[in-house]
Amino acid sequence: MTQLSLSKITKSFGEQKVLKGVDFTVNSGEVHALLGANGAGKSTLMKILSGDYERYSGKITMDGKEQIFKTPADAKDAGIEMVVQEVDTALVSSLSIAENVTMNSFINGPAFFSWNKRNKRAAELLKRVGLNLNPSLPLSHCSLAQKQLVLIAKALSREISFMILDEPTAALSTKEADHLFSVLRELQKDGVGIIYISHRLPEVMNLSTKITVLKDGYITLQEDIEHSSTEKIVQAMLGNELVELFNDDEERVLGDTLFEVTDFRVPSTNEKISLSVKQGEIVGIAGLVGAGKTETARAFFGADPSLDPVFINSKKVRITSPLKAISSGIGFVPEERRKEGILVDYNVIENLTLPVLKQFTKFGLIQKKKEKAEAERWIEQLGIKTQKSTSQINHLSGGNQQKAAIGKWLLNDGEVFIFDEPTKGIDVGAKQDVFQCIKDLAHKKKGILYFTSEIQELLAFCDRILVMYDGKIAGELKKEEATTEKIMHFATGGHYGTVRS
Amino acid sequence: MAQYVHKEHVEENLKGTKFQFQERVFPFLYRYGTLLVILFTIISFSLANDKFLSYQNFTDILRSVSIITLLAIGVTISLIVGGFDLSVGSTASLATVTSAAVLVLYRQETIIAILIPIAIGLVVGLLNSFFVVKVRLPDLLATLAVMYIINGLHLTFTKGFSIYNNMPLAEGGTAPGVFLPSFLFIGQGEILSVPVPVIIMLIAVIVVHFILQQSRFGRLLYITGGNEEAARLSGVPVQRYKMYAYLLSAFFATLAGILLAARIGTGQVSAGAPLLMDGVAAAFIGFSVFGAGKPNVIGTFVGAVLIGILLNGLTMLNVPYYAQDIVKGTILIGALAFMYYEKKK
Repeated sequence: MTQLSLSKITKSFGEQKVLKGVDFTVNSGEVHALLGANGAGKSTLMKILSGDYERYSGKITMDGKEQIFKTPADAKDAGIEMVVQEVDTALVSSLSIAENVTMNSFINGPAFFSWNKRNKRAAELLKRVGLNLNPSLPLSHCSLAQKQLVLIAKALSREISFMILDEPTAALSTKEADHLFSVLRELQKDGVGIIYISHRLPEVMNLSTKITVLKDGYITLQEDIEHSSTEKIVQAMLGNELVELFNDDEERVLGDTLFEVTDFRVPSTNEKISLSVKQGEIVGIAGLVGAGKTETARAFFGADPSLDPVFINSKKVRITSPLKAISSGIGFVPEERRKEGILVDYNVIENLTLPVLKQFTKFGLIQKKKEKAEAERWIEQLGIKTQKSTSQINHLSGGNQQKAAIGKWLLNDGEVFIFDEPTKGIDVGAKQDVFQCIKDLAHKKKGILYFTSEIQELLAFCDRILVMYDGKIAGELKKEEATTEKIMHFATGGHYGTVRS
Repeated sequence: MAQYVHKEHVEENLKGTKFQFQERVFPFLYRYGTLLVILFTIISFSLANDKFLSYQNFTDILRSVSIITLLAIGVTISLIVGGFDLSVGSTASLATVTSAAVLVLYRQETIIAILIPIAIGLVVGLLNSFFVVKVRLPDLLATLAVMYIINGLHLTFTKGFSIYNNMPLAEGGTAPGVFLPSFLFIGQGEILSVPVPVIIMLIAVIVVHFILQQSRFGRLLYITGGNEEAARLSGVPVQRYKMYAYLLSAFFATLAGILLAARIGTGQVSAGAPLLMDGVAAAFIGFSVFGAGKPNVIGTFVGAVLIGILLNGLTMLNVPYYAQDIVKGTILIGALAFMYYEKKK
């Protein structure tokens, strides 16, 4: 039985204090969940523990002995492995699965390692995480969920005492997440201490033995799970203001059909989609990861253009490029916020006005005063928390970045808004703001297509739910009749449970 | 590198000069380091040689950097959209030879000797953008290939010989035309005792800087380079903007080539090749000026001036030309090391 403890950890970036004296302990065989809003200091704390940051004050001890981790290798040598959120950054996609799993042997292993032995070793490790894959396949064959398990298998290739998982289920479907949980329970039984970072309360309640909630660099709640409750955790995360997550009781009045496609071929899945959105309607599109949601959304917006036309206000339009989509009144909030939704190196104003820069241009020159004034009006309206309108958007929290990614389409005053997993990786409070933003749009008679794998969100505020499976629309549910089970039934191609009508 | 110590500790550490040095001096050097280096070189060269600090010498320096600056503006624009134009050197050579040929072999007017190279230069720019934007070759690869092709083309056209006044022709006799005085004025003339190339360079720097900073066109060039996919999904026609960048890059390389021909009064083959590396160096030193951290024209100009001052001063001190490259390399490393070091922090 090993005990890993961090005591009085503080850390600043320049003037800004991120951690203000945090104590955190995890024992072998425990699952200690770490929660907190974006910017609460979770990632910073874990980066200190995994040797990413060297300069901090406080102490890390293992069974009472002080540990100094100057590099990630030091932390690994002490038996601490980190499973990062962006799995692609920790794996080499051009190598085989076997090479990825046994990557540690390239660093510490023998100079020559036979392929047979390597594949056999990899197969053993993959079996431990319940992954039945041919290890000699290239890693690029794996789905995101499989890559995550590969990363865990890689961590297991060494003697480990502690494993840190940073939002491992952020991009997983429910079934894949369930599998991950069973793997984690096995590890727990084997005496591995697990630190589990997540935004999802149900899985935290289900999986962990202890929880710690961070807020603004302080611990606001630390207790055993049996003494805790969802309400307590949410309160600790948000401070005193208890936000009611879902409160959609208003009846929306729907207008004419705004956006319609019939047998619209999505190029990247090569499947045909038919759907329509009315004015003021929020249509949710459910589906597990890999169901073709992102592909469909991108095709509607012309990011991967289809040859088939869409109908906007009964007018036939062929969306050949994002530019065409924007001029036709479509806005798109993509899934990968930092890669596609915003320009991280630019300031808030520049991000907001980008699609409508023409409005602020006279004789080819940007009227910066007018641009700033308009942007600041929207910053206030959207409640984007930023020190200055000229701050780099990179310095904002994830939720505020997302508000900017949505906001730029409000400036464009479009008709149809396509959202792809807009709440991915943002905290509860910011989620609430994003929902409010979408509801306001519906109120203004805009049409909304909301692609997500978060079933709770769909149930909460969509007027209609379409469920995708294998690139096709497998079912349609009205708001009154939709339940998690029915959605899951369609989303798994009829494999999940039985539908009671 | 700055240590992350807390306010309480900071006060205790105030006496420790090391801490202050790192917290205060590094950001200062990051912003003004390059300018300080220029100041320092000017001071040390003027102490070493009293002829260095004269109006004549400074116009000489500016004249010598004018061609590199024009070429480097092109490189800067290609860097802004996230590309890299390696073909600017040979495009400049092509322009030099073309304008000379138009004057000497075809006996045309000055304006023709300017317009034809520009037209040909834009074709080179189109070729680059075709490979980069349509065929989707990596920028370095595409422009490297074009660099070879253009270099080969201009050598084939001249059969490897330079073009000069009264040159003998293969079919007998001498060339019909000459370098017209009006053409030579572009490279050798002076207006109010300021050399014409310097005036052209300053106008180019100011105009391009203004466009990049104030216009929608400039903003979208930068945004394209910032994150191509995010820009595309915001409705920026990124492919078109990349094409514009390569066209502008070729345009400025051509301008440099024409100026070079007018300056030396011959159509020397491969004259642009050595300009490439200096142009690239100037553009990269430009990253560090005022801590911009990204390609910018004012920075590029400062970078070119720094290189020019160094070469001029070292030549005055009789440092052999082959040793001067050591200094250039050191300056480049010095300028960029600061920037990347600060960025990483």
